[in-house]
Amino acid sequence: MKMRYLMLALLLSIGSLPGQSISAEEILNKVDANMISKSGKSTTRMVVHSRRASRTIESINYSLGDSKFYSEYTSPPRDKGTKMLKLDSDLWIFDPNTDRTIQISGNMLKQSVMGSDLSYEDFMEEGSLTEDYSAKIIESITHEGRACWVMELTALRDDVSYQKRRIYIDKERFVSLYEEWFAKSGKLLKTVSASEVKRISGRWYPTKILFKDELKQGQGTEYYIDSIEFDITIPPHTFSKAMLKK
Amino acid sequence: MMQFLIKGVFRDRHRWLLPIIVALAAVSILVFTFSFLEGYKLSFERQTSRFVSGHLKVVSRAYAEMLDMRPYDLALLDIEAELAEWQKRYPQLSWAQRINFGALIDIPDSRGDTRVQGEVIGFAIDLFQDDTEIRRMQLTEALQSGRLPQKSGEILITNIAFEKLELELGDTVTLLGSTVFGAMTMQNFQVSGTIEFGTKSLDQGAVVADIQDIRQMMDMPGGAGEILAFFANNEFQPKEAARISKDFNARYSDPEDEFSPQMLSMLEQGNIGYLMQVFGLGMLWMSLGFIFVLGIVLWNSGLISGIRRYGEFGLRLAIGESKRQVYFSLLVEALFTGVVGSLLGVLLGTAVSLYFNRYGMDMSLYNQSGNVLTENMLYAKLNPITLLWSFIPGVLSTLVGAALAGAAIFKRQTSQLFKELET
Repeated sequence: MKMRYLMLALLLSIGSLPGQSISAEEILNKVDANMISKSGKSTTRMVVHSRRASRTIESINYSLGDSKFYSEYTSPPRDKGTKMLKLDSDLWIFDPNTDRTIQISGNMLKQSVMGSDLSYEDFMEEGSLTEDYSAKIIESITHEGRACWVMELTALRDDVSYQKRRIYIDKERFVSLYEEWFAKSGKLLKTVSASEVKRISGRWYPTKILFKDELKQGQGTEYYIDSIEFDITIPPHTFSKAMLKK
Repeated sequence: MMQFLIKGVFRDRHRWLLPIIVALAAVSILVFTFSFLEGYKLSFERQTSRFVSGHLKVVSRAYAEMLDMRPYDLALLDIEAELAEWQKRYPQLSWAQRINFGALIDIPDSRGDTRVQGEVIGFAIDLFQDDTEIRRMQLTEALQSGRLPQKSGEILITNIAFEKLELELGDTVTLLGSTVFGAMTMQNFQVSGTIEFGTKSLDQGAVVADIQDIRQMMDMPGGAGEILAFFANNEFQPKEAARISKDFNARYSDPEDEFSPQMLSMLEQGNIGYLMQVFGLGMLWMSLGFIFVLGIVLWNSGLISGIRRYGEFGLRLAIGESKRQVYFSLLVEALFTGVVGSLLGVLLGTAVSLYFNRYGMDMSLYNQSGNVLTENMLYAKLNPITLLWSFIPGVLSTLVGAALAGAAIFKRQTSQLFKELET
């Protein structure tokens, strides 16, 4: 019996051996399959390190597909009740102190979210890599003890925030472990490192990520996914402007 | 001998009229130009210190590294106890806490949605404790409509922005900015009045709010981006400023702590020191330029006069005067006409400058298109150095002109001069 399990495990591992006639597009599809769900709910913590202090910002987030996103900040007290709604290419912020809903557009999209290394533009990115980028495999390496493909992604459209990306995809789990995001000029703008990946509801999902804005001083922003549920039923009104003022 | 030469000059109108008129015109222009420049410099100094630099400024060491960007996220926080100590130690200074910030101004429609947005620069000053900052920023003079803020939550906005955003007095606007920790922050304000500083860079889009409101908005309790210090007589004293900043930094600034305070004299901030130096050098270069240009003019007039006086020179050489003596007498005559012309020029220039010192010159049209911080009314400023810097070029240029023209005497053959005498 034990021998049969061992054989099965061996066969499965042979099936996912690196570089075995898998195309770049197939890899991205598998990554998307891990990352994108029909719907999702998560609680997250963002630890923002600035020159002056470190702050932890907690939020509850809901998503529907890759174009609808709703987030409510629960901590610290100053930011509690701040809500963010993304519907396709529009983004609104609700501030409970002023009772105002402001649409974030233009240059404001490049501003930092809560002082983090992430911009609103980063939040606006649609989830699917295959829709935004063409990809090619550059090489195979070992990153943080994991066998990875290094892939170079080139944006298919001009309106994609980062025109080039270099990503390290875990060959076994099809999760991106490290990314470099470049401007059209080739300047490195951001790096993203996933240092913890968990198996959640049959998907491999990064739960501890470090975002670093390479144009800023500082230690970057740690992003923790404390809990996440996939493909759950979320009331449609969650993704409406009316929800912001509730 | 002197009397003889002087009488000679004044009995021949051709010898004195042109040199004196040229020196008079040039020196009076110089006196006025220098006094105008001095007034411009003082206006720049006053306006820059009011809005930007103070006579001295205290910021965190981290802020000082990026001073021009005014990074208020690197502001000094909970600074009130320290400020009280500084006020005791340097009683000759008056202090003002400021936060300069950039923000987005969002105007809601009737449903509370964004109707229009714009970018503004913000000045957070102490509006309510007393009226020192209101006077320093000349807000009463700058007020165009409405009134100054009277309570927390009210702001002033520049006229241009007010019109561009189609606002009404009393409208509620939302300022969007970042907290000192970088998080987005919003605060509602009511527009109490509109202002115009008369300087394009400020008037394009600026708001003035009370510092307590902005502290709350920016999450910086007891904080200030910059703490400005002014000398009691409101005149910048470069040497005293340098002495105080050295003493302050030795006492309170810690190179190991990027959030320890650092004091900067006005001249150490951005390119202010350079601009002030340019003003000083400008006077020197203008003087030299005037000497050169007037020297050429007077050289030519001297040449014309010299040609006219060839007969006289020939006669003087014939009766035994040396070429050197003739040349020397020409220089003495020039010195005399130069001194008289320059004195008259100083008098005329002083009169014109005093007029503009009293009534000023309206520069508002120029300021609307420029970015240099100067007041709309510029007042000429006379001082003894200005007069000296104008008088000396007047005399020197007359002398240089005569020296160049007189050099021709040495090139002429005595026989030639005799020949010209015969004709």
